[in-house]
Amino acid sequence: MATATNKNAPTAIGQQEGFVYLPLIAGWLVPGAGHFLLGKWGRGALLALSVVCMYALGLSMHGKLYTGAQDILDILGLAGDLGNGLLYFIGRILGLGAYMVQVTTQDYGTKFIVVAGLLNVIAAVDAHNLRTGRKS
Amino acid sequence: MYQPSHFTAVVLFALFASTVFGITMRETPRKMFRYGLYCFALFIGSTILLSWVMFLIAR
Repeated sequence: MATATNKNAPTAIGQQEGFVYLPLIAGWLVPGAGHFLLGKWGRGALLALSVVCMYALGLSMHGKLYTGAQDILDILGLAGDLGNGLLYFIGRILGLGAYMVQVTTQDYGTKFIVVAGLLNVIAAVDAHNLRTGRKS
Repeated sequence: MYQPSHFTAVVLFALFASTVFGITMRETPRKMFRYGLYCFALFIGSTILLSWVMFLIAR
């Protein structure tokens, strides 16, 4: 009797060797880097382009980079911003982003930056799933 | 300072979010493209629909 094989399961022992969280961490720090490490150049480039463009558009709209956590909404915003990895820290070091949101476009920009971070986390988790063989 | 219209902002948002959703939620390039297109259409379609609903409520 033939046994059913799970295409998504790790097919080789080598797939579990090494530090399996490397694509996850690299993907979080640098958008698309997790996929680049796994040789998924096209996917990585598209993910990097999407996240970096969204982050840059947010900054160009003078969106706010959350710097502290005074209330629950600020904590959530900060968590989203941190998803951008090094982009967030570079933005903070260079003093980018508005201190206060005064016009509607700045509010759009703030949301663009937060969502770019969240999308980057999704992309990093996808890289981790590729690494562990959960996804092909 | 870049100041897009509300609709332009929605289109840009939908484009980038759909790209990431398509790549991360499906496995083959064809399915990724189709799912990305589906998400993009839902983003834009729901925005237009809700805009009309709010317009009619505000009247």
